[in-house]
Amino acid sequence: MDEQPPRRPGELSFAARRRLFLVGAAGLGALLLWGLFELPDYRDVVPLYGQVINHSAVEERSSTAVVSAVNFDYRGFDTLGEEFILFAAVLVLALLLRRLSEERRDRHEWKARHEHTTSAAVRLTCAALVGPTVLLAVYITAHGHLTPGGGFQGGVIAATALLLVYLGSDYPTMQRLRPLPLVETAKAAGALAFVLLGLAGLIFAGAFLENFLPLGTPGDLVAAGTIPLLSVAVGLEVAGGFVLLLSEFLDQLLVIRRKQEADS
Amino acid sequence: MSVLPYVVAVWICLVGLYGIVTSRHLLHTIICVSVVQSSTYVLLLAVGYRQGGVAPVFVDIPHTTPAVDPVVQALTLTDVVVGGAVTALLLAIAVQIEKHLHTLDPDELDPLRD
Amino acid sequence: MIAVQLAALLVVAVGAWATVMARDPVRQAIVVSLYGLALGLLFFAFQAPDVALSNIVIGAVALPTMLMLAIAKTKR
Repeated sequence: MDEQPPRRPGELSFAARRRLFLVGAAGLGALLLWGLFELPDYRDVVPLYGQVINHSAVEERSSTAVVSAVNFDYRGFDTLGEEFILFAAVLVLALLLRRLSEERRDRHEWKARHEHTTSAAVRLTCAALVGPTVLLAVYITAHGHLTPGGGFQGGVIAATALLLVYLGSDYPTMQRLRPLPLVETAKAAGALAFVLLGLAGLIFAGAFLENFLPLGTPGDLVAAGTIPLLSVAVGLEVAGGFVLLLSEFLDQLLVIRRKQEADS
Repeated sequence: MSVLPYVVAVWICLVGLYGIVTSRHLLHTIICVSVVQSSTYVLLLAVGYRQGGVAPVFVDIPHTTPAVDPVVQALTLTDVVVGGAVTALLLAIAVQIEKHLHTLDPDELDPLRD
Repeated sequence: MIAVQLAALLVVAVGAWATVMARDPVRQAIVVSLYGLALGLLFFAFQAPDVALSNIVIGAVALPTMLMLAIAKTKR
């Protein structure tokens, strides 16, 4: 790690690069701090938009968790964009980590290499935690409009449950629990449901992503119109996306091998 | 004290940039990019905070209680999740680089070479 | 509450420095998980439970996992 590759002409040495960076960073830091010192004390002022939403969100949208109301109603369009960034990132990752032409999937070789060495305590704990984790994911997604949570957090927790399955057992068990066509369908269905709910808002209420379902009373589980539905759609999409992410990495590690390795 | 969160945010950003500039392993660089992203979360939440404010969840308190800003929290929340997915994408690119070029040292990864 | 925020800010500043200074990716995976947890505690101190929940799940669980898998794949 300490010796360096031979320097090409005009290239800086490591020490010179570091010195140059420190000079630049000092300048950048001074500029940033000068600008940030002009801001008011961080404990005093809350931006006005936030204050207005805090005062009116509970009555207007029957949602007691204002952050979810902002995410799925007031700024729902931004959430649509973020959701599709995640969709595109997972798509490109699945494309990058596909099986190349000089590789093959070897489902049997991993058995010989990865003998079961996890202890019984780990396996028992992981098996016991899978159920509560899935329940926690569903609870956080469904109660997004009542307490802190929502689709984003619940979806990632659901993907973590699959990771617990893999840690507590082995690769074929995890494979059986996540049939890839189902995961991909769920991810696409989540993204599609978000767009369809937005279009339904356009058709029934005149604006894209308008909250057109009956609002109910704040504090009920079925309240706040389209907010819990959008939360579930995002939860499906994020869960499917992260399950796909983890599966691609695990596949690359355990199953995909170069073709000539089979002969050695 | 009144500007401490801003100073910490600038510190984290510069430290992350230092890590990117002096990194010798591509995976280390990717994590330093994620550290630079986290500095923006600290800055956003500090802007939205107010002294004595509660979290913007009004289940058992009246909704006129002074609370912190929910808009910056909504921005940061989606940013964290999507940032994680994009970091995973960068890690996949690094895996493919290692497969084809057999090295993860940024100094040796010159696309204009040879 | 002010003391908690001050302590959390200092722990996060030290954690960022530690994450960058951990040059070996395997060590960095553990440190970045602790850094994610410290950030989560800072977000709680700033009265942002949603953001803290997201950060703990992504930064302390999902990110170190993917980093470990990438390290295992690229080790020769």
